[in-house]
Amino acid sequence: MTQGLAIQTNRLAKSYGTVQAVKEINLSVRLHNITAFLGLNGAGKSTTIKMLLGMMRPSSGDGTILGQQISDPMESIRIRSQIAYVSENKQLYNFMTVEQMIRFTSGFYPDWCPNEAQKLLRQYRLPLDRKVKSLSKGMRTKLGLLLAFARRPELLILDEPSEGLDPVGIEELLEILVTRCSEGTTVFFSSHQIAEVERVADQICVLHAGRLVLDSSLDDLRQSYRQIDLVFPSIPAEHDFRITGVEDVRTRGHQMRVLASGNTEGVVARAHDFQATSIDVTPVGLREIFLEKVKEN
Amino acid sequence: MFFKLTPTSGQSLYLQLVQQIRHAIESGALQDGDQLPGIRTLAQELVVSPNTIAKAYSELEHEGLLELRQGSGAFISVNHRARSLSNHIQAASRRVIDLVEELRERDFRDEEIRRMFEAALLHQPEAVRKR
Repeated sequence: MTQGLAIQTNRLAKSYGTVQAVKEINLSVRLHNITAFLGLNGAGKSTTIKMLLGMMRPSSGDGTILGQQISDPMESIRIRSQIAYVSENKQLYNFMTVEQMIRFTSGFYPDWCPNEAQKLLRQYRLPLDRKVKSLSKGMRTKLGLLLAFARRPELLILDEPSEGLDPVGIEELLEILVTRCSEGTTVFFSSHQIAEVERVADQICVLHAGRLVLDSSLDDLRQSYRQIDLVFPSIPAEHDFRITGVEDVRTRGHQMRVLASGNTEGVVARAHDFQATSIDVTPVGLREIFLEKVKEN
Repeated sequence: MFFKLTPTSGQSLYLQLVQQIRHAIESGALQDGDQLPGIRTLAQELVVSPNTIAKAYSELEHEGLLELRQGSGAFISVNHRARSLSNHIQAASRRVIDLVEELRERDFRDEEIRRMFEAALLHQPEAVRKR
């Protein structure tokens, strides 16, 4: 179920003048998976997505989506007919009404499902005759999602799809994502909602300052990351604990706190060597892992 | 059956599912021939990736606790091996209970006992620990 890649980039990079927004990233997104793309504001997520979609030319490097070159104009057009994309700022035509926007968009896509559009319209309770301009942020997001979900694309690329949604809206969104995935659609989405990501994602990619600092399955992260709290009669030097797998070591009085991305056994064995009087191993949530990865050094 | 998945527990969601279904079989909540929801239905109900459910079901199928029938769903199959496994587990948990009681009598607090158990489990190689 996890063979094959939907998205693959090879040293994909983008510079604006002297600023490197995206620094030679090698991204791989598996087919039929839900992949979350995390990062702080300005990390380069939207720039990466725009390059994938052919909306922005890479400074160097290249990539493929569903086996087609992103930098080839003809293939890029084919890519766009096979994927649905919801942009960061939910680009819509402000002068149209909701109904006009839906009718207008449906004309472009052969895979448009009128029934699905009707169903989502009822679920989202969008006012058909309201101008797009006067929609609330949440309603704009819902309209953007409707326009993507009313199609049957092979790949869904969503840039901050939960922006402006209330908790019920977020729950409905996640339900649609897992349903689509079970029907064979690959989902790639960026988000700041770590608690939600932690529930639905198979794979996590973290972009920080233009670099891909984490690319791992959530299962592996859950199994391997641990926080180890230690108490010593006399505190060892921090560098004695900077062993394989250790991401961070902090000491306070007789206590030491170690964050390990693996090799917890090694840390525990080392703690025994230094006569630790207490060893407490606890799991680490995605939030802590994320914050550690985007920490400024 | 009711499931309770905790995304922050440090254990992968598919393993949580596997363990809850295994436990439901051992405790008799699920019996031979009982049907579990299909992958899509359960993914929607729990709002987790369908790959999580698929991975859990295939692990249980591998263990012989679940039979996946094309198009008609997932059925619990409790064979002889699984029953004897559940007896082993009952015997083992009695030993753990005895040990915990003994430690409590020696005035160890539960928190301390929990830490000692977790530290002891980490002495095992990773491959053994995952089971």
